[in-house]
Amino acid sequence: MFEHYLNIFITTVFIENIALSVFLGMCTFLAISKKIDAAIGLGIAVIVVCLITVPLNNLIFNYVLRDGALAWAGLPNTNLEFVELISYIGVIAAAVQILEMFLDKYVPALYNALGVFLPLITVNCAILGASLFMVEKDLMFGESVVYGLGAGFGWAMAIVILAGIREKLKYSDIPEGLKGLGATFIIVGLMSFGFMSFGGISL
Amino acid sequence: MSLSRYKEALYKPLIDENPITLQILGICSALAVTNNLTVTLVMCVALTSVCSFSNLFISLIRNHIPSSIRIIVQMTIIASLVIVVDELLKAYDYETSKKLSVFVGLIITNCIVMGRAEAFAMKEKPLLSFFDGLGNGLGYSVILIGVAAIRELFGAGTLMGYEILPLVSNGGWYMANNLLLLPPSSFIIIGLFIWAIRSYKPAQVEEDDFALSKHKTNEDLTKRELNV
Repeated sequence: MFEHYLNIFITTVFIENIALSVFLGMCTFLAISKKIDAAIGLGIAVIVVCLITVPLNNLIFNYVLRDGALAWAGLPNTNLEFVELISYIGVIAAAVQILEMFLDKYVPALYNALGVFLPLITVNCAILGASLFMVEKDLMFGESVVYGLGAGFGWAMAIVILAGIREKLKYSDIPEGLKGLGATFIIVGLMSFGFMSFGGISL
Repeated sequence: MSLSRYKEALYKPLIDENPITLQILGICSALAVTNNLTVTLVMCVALTSVCSFSNLFISLIRNHIPSSIRIIVQMTIIASLVIVVDELLKAYDYETSKKLSVFVGLIITNCIVMGRAEAFAMKEKPLLSFFDGLGNGLGYSVILIGVAAIRELFGAGTLMGYEILPLVSNGGWYMANNLLLLPPSSFIIIGLFIWAIRSYKPAQVEEDDFALSKHKTNEDLTKRELNV
């Protein structure tokens, strides 16, 4: 049992890394990776939000939206899958809002550290993407907790690595037009090729 | 309201303020769906229509949205439009819809749509916002189609499934570059696109955080060495 969960975790972090293999959350990934501190803050925020929203959406999918899921309410023929997207994004927006208020009240230190990144996360496609992949993979509740953690962790790891590389890159002499965004794109491309080497591994 | 403002809203995002290469918006889908020109075209049409109509509708009700819940309202409008597109695609082109998998759904969180709604449609008149959405959608499409054409032509020797460069494996002369079919190569192609655009429009070049100090000339060294 434990092995199965560990398996999902390792697969999500390395083999199907949400940033470098499926390319989700790229906008924030490229825009907020200039400094390691900011990258770590954003990474932690993504881990927390992923860990909350993926299992939550799993429950919603399995007990409300799925074909025949409303049998417990006496509606066995209802299929609400077409409102999938709108309910997931609602859950994510609400979870981020609640998390923000909770942190503000009880953990002000973390709240200040995360700052503006928390509200930004609502529109980070890594979070919605993780929920959609969770549905596509047809995970059970326990698995979805591990999947959410793995997805967030993989993304956080990738952005911290990129921020580290970019901090070093500041001192290098790059052709004019390639400075900043251009060079970052190429680096991410190379990192992503690197992560493809995990591809053949089956656990 | 002169015609020139509409023109500006439509043409500016194509190169001058391209959403992908300058505003860093909407990059996720730019990478994952560009290995095949047909799929890319469908994605571009989907995004452009969602972007322009969400701008139109949000702009229509912009004076009635309380600012504290505007994000949720925008999300709801965008999500409804995406659901319409998703269902249409499933009904009329199921194959492509399968290939795009979650990326149609992810148009909701595509920051181009959200970003333009927040930055433009909340302030401007409906028709102008519609053109801004259209322009940004087209700016996104220009880059995507460029990347997809390069990847499909040199990676598989075809364009939209038609053979252009006959492959060695089919008795032709072109040795396919399989590297281009791998997703990471689109990063590198976009990086090169950015380089090309910025060489053409130097105003977009980013400032340095630090200036590099000049190399020491031979003269300086010899002087110091002489002192020693």
